[in-house]
This record gives sequence, structure tokens and C-alpha cells, in this order.
Amino acid sequence: MALVPMHQGLLLAGILFALGLVGLLVRRNVIFMLMSLEIMLNAAGLAFVVAGARWGQADGQIMFLFILTMAAAEVSVGLALVLKIYHRFKTLDSDAVSEMRG
Amino acid sequence: MEVVFYIAAIVAITSTILAITRLNAVHALLYLIVSLLSVAIVFFVMGAPFIAALEVIVYAGAIMVLFVFVVMMLNLGKKATDRERQWQRGSMWVGPSVLAAILIAEIAWLVSGPGNAVYGSTAIEPKQVGIVLFGPYLIGVELASMLLLGALVGAYHLGRRAPEKTEK
Repeated sequence: MALVPMHQGLLLAGILFALGLVGLLVRRNVIFMLMSLEIMLNAAGLAFVVAGARWGQADGQIMFLFILTMAAAEVSVGLALVLKIYHRFKTLDSDAVSEMRG
Repeated sequence: MEVVFYIAAIVAITSTILAITRLNAVHALLYLIVSLLSVAIVFFVMGAPFIAALEVIVYAGAIMVLFVFVVMMLNLGKKATDRERQWQRGSMWVGPSVLAAILIAEIAWLVSGPGNAVYGSTAIEPKQVGIVLFGPYLIGVELASMLLLGALVGAYHLGRRAPEKTEK
């Protein structure tokens, strides 16, 4: 279908992953950190699909399905935690919850 | 079709940059949805129409709607935006950006070497994906179902209002 060289697809995945990493490291709002995690998971899935398309196998798409499942599970638990943090600390600052009390 | 890939890739990178730099959570979410839709176009160009549809339905649909609902429930307001602006000074972006740029340069150097063939000319149909998914990867499907059940129970347990007698 497309005649795009493989390294350009992988490069797009790498750029998106790096952007997600920068967002995760810089932002302090917990919601933005979760969004950056989604960007990184999506970029990893993109790399799998690129590799699957390169060799014409369906395995890369299967891996993307598993990543999708994991992202959905992770984000549901993460957002429930965000609601809990906001109700307890009245803020979404990740520094506010950096100290654990047993 | 190559032009479609490049345009979608540029749109994806631009909207992702905008998504991680916005101060308002709803604006960032809308840019992120645009980014996911353009990645779906990339999947379609690469001959993965099933995954493109799933990207639109699950990622841009379900997961982002979950984010939007939580942002609506939190009602952050102007104070949180001001505080976030105070944290987002320009010097803060330098360190992580430089480190990530070094990593991306390494990846670019590694993958742009000789020996890169082009894609095959066939799309992988949903039927083929389904046959492989419920054949060799059946254990993975079962594990994914258990993971989703665990996430359901965990999210319910965390989001539940605490009973009266355990509050004090």
C-alpha cells in the first residue's frame, strides 16, 4: 500500500515517545503526567505496528492490542487515584504526594 | 500515500508538542485527541486498518472521554492554571528536552543505517489479526481479560466513597 521507508515510521514513534518523556518529566500536574504516559504507550504501539507492517505479519498488531488493553486498565486505575488524591490533598501537585505515610 | 504519511506525522508531532505545553487541561486533551487521530491515519497508511479503527474507538474515544470526565469532575479553575504557569518556566524544559533530544538522535542514527527495505504492498486484514489473536496468542487474551477485571475492581475500590464508620 504505502512505500514509506521503515526508519521514518520508527523515527515518528521515537519522536512521539521522546515528547511524552519530556512531558512526564516536566509537568507536575498528575493529569498531565498520565496524559504523557498515554503518549508514550501510543508511541510504543506505533513502533510495534511499524515493525509488523515491515515484515507483513499480524503479530505487531496483536502487541498493539495488548498495549491498548494495558493502557485502558492503567488509565482507569490512575484516574481513580487522581480523584482520591484531589479529595484528600485538594491539589493535583505531584510534590504534595511525594511522601508516603504507611 | 507517502504524502499522507508525512502530513499525518507532522500533524501528530505538532499536536503532541502543543498537548504537553498547554496549561489548560481541556485544551491539552483536545490536542491529544488530534494527535491520536493523526496516528490512526498513519496506521491506516501502513496497512493496518483494524488497528486504525481501534485507535479511533478506544484511544481517541473511550480513554480520552474518561480523561475529559475526570477533568470535568475536578473543576480545577484559574488557580491551578496560575500555579502550573508558575512551575512552567523556560529553564525547566531545557534539561529533559536535551536528554530526550540525545536519545532521539541516537534512535535516528541507529535506524537510518543501510539495509532499510520498504514496506510490503499488502494490508493486514482484521481477519488475519483475529486468526492469530485467537490462535497462538490465546493465553495473552485470557491474561488481558484478567488484567481488565483487576483494573475494574481496583478502580471501583479506589473511587468508592469511604464508609461512615471507618472515616474517624
